Parts: sequence; C-alpha cells; structure tokens
Amino acid sequence: MKTKHIILLAAFFILVALSVIPGGVVLAQKPTPSDDEVNAIARQLFCPICENTPLDVCPTQACHDWRELIRQMLAQGKTQSEIKQYFVDHYGARVLAEPPRAGLSWLVYVVPPLAFLIGVFLLFRAFRTWKQLRKEPASATLAGPDPAGEDEYASRLEEELRKRR
Amino acid sequence: MEQKLTDSPVVTRRGAPLWVQILVWIGLLALLVLLGLGLFRAQHPIISIGSKVPDFTLNLFDHYQYQQANQANLASLHGKVVVVNFWASWCVTCADEAPDMEAAWRFYQPGGQVVFLGVDYTDVDSKALDFLSKFEITYPNGPDLGTRITPIFNRNIAMPETYIIDQQGILRFKQIGPFQSVAEIRAAIDPILSGR
Repeated sequence: MKTKHIILLAAFFILVALSVIPGGVVLAQKPTPSDDEVNAIARQLFCPICENTPLDVCPTQACHDWRELIRQMLAQGKTQSEIKQYFVDHYGARVLAEPPRAGLSWLVYVVPPLAFLIGVFLLFRAFRTWKQLRKEPASATLAGPDPAGEDEYASRLEEELRKRR
Repeated sequence: MEQKLTDSPVVTRRGAPLWVQILVWIGLLALLVLLGLGLFRAQHPIISIGSKVPDFTLNLFDHYQYQQANQANLASLHGKVVVVNFWASWCVTCADEAPDMEAAWRFYQPGGQVVFLGVDYTDVDSKALDFLSKFEITYPNGPDLGTRITPIFNRNIAMPETYIIDQQGILRFKQIGPFQSVAEIRAAIDPILSGR
C-alpha cells in the first residue's frame, strides 16, 4: 500500500515536471510566420532609406533585414501595432505608409476632402449660373418688350438727343 | 418708359461673400507656404560648415559607454574635437572605412582631446552589433533612434558620412563617402585640433 502511494506520488511529480518545464517551452514557441504574414505588416511600412518604396517590395539588403526583424517579432508574439511602434521609435514616423494623425500630418487627412467639397460647391454654383444664363434670354424674349416697341423707344431717344445738340 | 427700362433682361451675378473669399485666399496661401517650407527643408540640412551644431544625445548600444554613461551628449563634449561618423551594417563602403576609423580613434584616444561618435543610421540592432564586433569598434556607438540626429547634418545622407566639430561646437569639416586611409582621417582632424 505504501509502495503504491510512493509510485503514485512519483508519477504525479513526473507529470507535473513534464507538463510545466518542457511543455511550457514548446507552447511559447510559435511557428515561423509566413511571408504573407510578414508582408501584411511590411506593406504598411516604407523603406527608411529608399524613398517611396514599401517595405514588402523593397529589394535592398536593409529591407530584407527589416522583414526578417518583423518575422522575429511576430514569432515572439508581438502584435502588429507593437511592431509598427518599434519601427516608428527606431526610424521615425516617416516609415509609416499612413502618416500619423497628429501635428501637421492632419493636413493630409483634412485638406483633400475639404478641397473636394469646395470643388463640388463651386461646380454646383457654376452649373446653376449657366442654367440661369441659358433660361434668361429665352424668358426675356417672351416677357420683354416687342422689337417694334424697342425700336420706337430707341428712335425717340435718338431724336431727343439730336434736339439737345 | 420706366416700365420698359425695368423689363430689360439684366443678369445679376452673386459672388461669394468677401470674408469667404479672403478666408479661401488665406488658406491657399498658407498651404503654399507650408508646401514651400517642406520642400526647402527636404533639400537643406539644418547646419552647414561654420554653423553651430545643435545639441543632440546619442543613446549608446549595450556594452558601449562614454564616461561611465550609456549615452553621449554633444554639449558635454564642449572643448573637445568631436568626430561624428554615420554608418550602417548594410553599407558596403562603411565596412571598408570601419578599420581606419577604429585605428584613428586608437591614435587619438590617449590624448583625450578628440572624441569619436559612431551613429548607426536606419539599421537592425543585431546586424549593427555584429558589424561593430566584426571590426572591433571600441569608440562610443549607438543607433540614431527616430532618425533625429542625421537630419541635423544631412537630410539625404549618403553612407558613410563623417562630420568634424571643433572645440567650440562649430562644424568645421564634412566627408561625404568613406575615408580611404587613416592618414586621410588624421589630415582632416589635425588642423581642427591645432586650431588652424
């Protein structure tokens, strides 16, 4: 009976040891992130050296190193925002494909839609004015004085002017 | 007759109110000024030869120290000639230059009048440390975190670049591209060190 207890206790400790020590290490290891997973983040970043080149398509050695760094950080369990923040801290906000919504960068988000709205408003006004201009000569012909009356008025005016000379 | 005059077709054009027009023009002008300033800044460094170099702090890599601190501050180096070398592990010509820079540092280090600072530009830390270890670089080195130091000297840097600041904090010399020998580095430093 006593031997049975000892065996059970030993088995329990062995199980605990196996589950905690090696098992824990295995669980902490994540599979190597795929190129697609790396590029999903890399395309949100720009190469800090070659201007206007997204990191996922940049062919330089430096960009290759950065993509590997993203892979390592993903394997360590870092989130997308943590990885992007690391790049901003190290290389500056210029590496972000989408400028941060802070400071003068706000203009990037405000000016284009504002310019678009102003453009739409100006076009609307212009179209309305053109429409009025097209309507008014026609209505003027209908509602205005007849050409004969106009001529009579003009001839009287000219006569008055002649008398004054 | 008055009736006829008022009947004549008159097209009235209503413009935007004056204050709107003024606001629109001010907005456009402000945008143009901002754009111009941005373009100017993108093309010009903050300083040039003969300018006072603004203060900056370089956070050093692990295992590197300057006067028992893990960072080097330009203002605290007043009275010494400061050689600021920009490099990166991915830069091939930086590797060519590295042994000469280290040799020059070892030449000046005992005198204590010249300080070398290595600024690692847009690099992966592990690769940078491999580079430093490979070339046994001993002078203070650190990453340009947030790319704050580089634009002071050159906004469109061509690696490697070296800048020499005199004892009064004035930029006296710049080398775009690698030095070819220790003698060349010494030829740049010595006149500044002797106050010539």
